[in-house]
Amino acid sequence: MTTLSIDHVSRWFGNVVAVNDITMTIGPGVTGLLGPNGAGKSTLINMMGGFLAPSTGTVTLDGQQVWRNEAIYKHIGIVPEREAMYDFLTGREFVVANAELHGLGAKAAQRALATVEMEYAQDRKIQTYSKGMRQRVKMASALVHDPSLLLLDEPFNGMDPRQRMQLMDLLRRMGDEGRTVLFSSHILEEVEQLAWHIEVVVAGRHAASGDFRKIRRLMTDRPHRYLVRSSDDRALAAALIADPSTSGIEVDVTEGALRIQAVDFGRFTALLPKVARDHGIRLLTVSPSDESLESVFSYLVAA
Amino acid sequence: MYDPTVARLTYRALLGRRRALILGALPLLLIVISVVVRALAGADDQTAADLLGGLALATMVPLIGVIAGTGAIGPEIDDGSVVYLLSKPIKRPTIIFTKLIVAIAVTMVFSALPTLIAGFVLNGNGQQIAVAYTVAALVASITYAALFLLLGTVSRHAVVFGLVYALVWEALFGSLVPGARTLSVQQWSLAVAHKVTGGDLVTSDVSLTTATVLLVVVTVLATWYAGQKLRSLTLAGEE
Repeated sequence: MTTLSIDHVSRWFGNVVAVNDITMTIGPGVTGLLGPNGAGKSTLINMMGGFLAPSTGTVTLDGQQVWRNEAIYKHIGIVPEREAMYDFLTGREFVVANAELHGLGAKAAQRALATVEMEYAQDRKIQTYSKGMRQRVKMASALVHDPSLLLLDEPFNGMDPRQRMQLMDLLRRMGDEGRTVLFSSHILEEVEQLAWHIEVVVAGRHAASGDFRKIRRLMTDRPHRYLVRSSDDRALAAALIADPSTSGIEVDVTEGALRIQAVDFGRFTALLPKVARDHGIRLLTVSPSDESLESVFSYLVAA
Repeated sequence: MYDPTVARLTYRALLGRRRALILGALPLLLIVISVVVRALAGADDQTAADLLGGLALATMVPLIGVIAGTGAIGPEIDDGSVVYLLSKPIKRPTIIFTKLIVAIAVTMVFSALPTLIAGFVLNGNGQQIAVAYTVAALVASITYAALFLLLGTVSRHAVVFGLVYALVWEALFGSLVPGARTLSVQQWSLAVAHKVTGGDLVTSDVSLTTATVLLVVVTVLATWYAGQKLRSLTLAGEE
C-alpha cells in the first residue's frame, strides 16, 4: 500500500504561481489528475516525482520526503511527457539500461517489454518508433523494477485510439493489482474511462477531489448552452421553450441561429430531435457552445 | 562511484555519428598539417614545439574538451532525457563522476593521442617534445573535462561559454594579459610538460607546484559542484 501525500504544496516561478496551496492524498488504484492545459498538472507531477522542489509544503511517499531522496525511486516509476529518450538505442537496449540502473538484469527488462507488448519491435532503434510505441517503451522503463507508485504525465497525448485502449487496459490492471497509479490529462473522456478517483486542478488550485461520477454529475447537471440552426428557428424555439428542460432561448439574428440554454442535459438531448421531427423542422447545426473543458472547470470552481 | 550503465549511455551519446565526426575532424587536421609541415620544412624542434603548443594544446585540446565535457551531460539535460538517469536510486555524484571519467577518456583519446602522433611525425619526439605535449594534453584533458562537464550541468549555453573560455580566455587574453595566464589550464599543463622536457622549448608562466595544486583543486571543485547542481536539478514541465 503506497500513499503519496501532497501537503500544502505551492510552487511559483518568479511572479507566476503555478501551483497554489494544494493538499491531496493519492492512494492505491488509478487516480486521474484532471485540468486544462497550463493548470499546473506537470508542475505538480514534477514535484511528486522529485524533479522540482516545492516552494512551500511537502511531498512525501509513505512518510518519506521525495525531493532530494534518490532511494525513493526504488518505489516510483515515472513516465514523463517529454519525448526525448536516448533515440540512438533500440527499445530493448533502453529498457535493459533502465533495469541495470535499478540494479536489475535483462530478465526484468524482458518482462517489462512483454507487459507493454513491445517485444516485436524491441530490436528497432527508438528513433524509428511511432508515438504510441515510444509511450509503451517509456512505460516498460517505468515498470522494470515493479514500482508501487506509477506517475504518468499526459500518457495518452498523440496516441491513436487502439494504443490508447491498450494503455488504459494496462493502467487499469496496475490499479487492480493494488499499485498507486496517477496520470494527468486534460481530456475529460480519458479520465472518465480510466479513473474512479479524480483530482481536478484549475489555474494552480485544487478545484475538486473524489469519485469521478459525482464530479461528472456536477459537470453534466450544469446549464448547457447550444447553438442550433434549423429550417424554421422560431417554430423550433416556440416548441422547445414549452418544455421544462429548456430555460432560455435567444434568437441570434446576426448569426441566424438559436442560442438555447438547457437545464436538464439528458432530457434536452432527447427532446430536440423529437420536437424537430414532430414539427417537420430540419436541424442544420447543433453544437454545444461551451463544451470546452475550461468552461466545465470554471463551472466546477464556481460550484 | 562509477556506474557502467551510465558510462555506456554517455559513450554512445558522445560518440554518435555527428559528434564523432566533429571529434575526429580536429585531430585529423592536426596530423595532416604535421605531415605537410614535416614534408615541406623537415624535422625541426622549434617548429614541432610551436605547432604542438599553438595548435594542439592551445586550440585542439580545449575544443575537444568542450565537445566531450559539455556533450557528456548537456544534451540530456536540454532534451529532458536525463530524467531516466535521475529517476533511479543512484547517487547524483556517481552520475557526475561516471560522466567525468567518460569525458576524460574521450578527450584524451581525441586530443592526447593525436598530439603524440603529430609530435612523432614532426620531429620524431626529438628533445621529448612529442611526449611532453602529450603529457600536457593528458593532464589538461582531465581538468577541461571537469570544467566543461560542470558548465554542461549549470548552463544551457555550455558550448558557447566553453568556446569563449577556450578560444577567448585561453588563446586571446592569455597572449595579451600576463595575469590571465596564471588562470589558464593550458599554462598549468605546460608546467607539467616543462618538467618532462626540462629544456627551454616548452615553458610555462606557472610553477609546477602552483600548477599541480590548481589542476587538482579546479578538477575536484568542479566535479563536486556539478554533483551538487545535479542533486537539485529541476526539470520544469512544458506548461
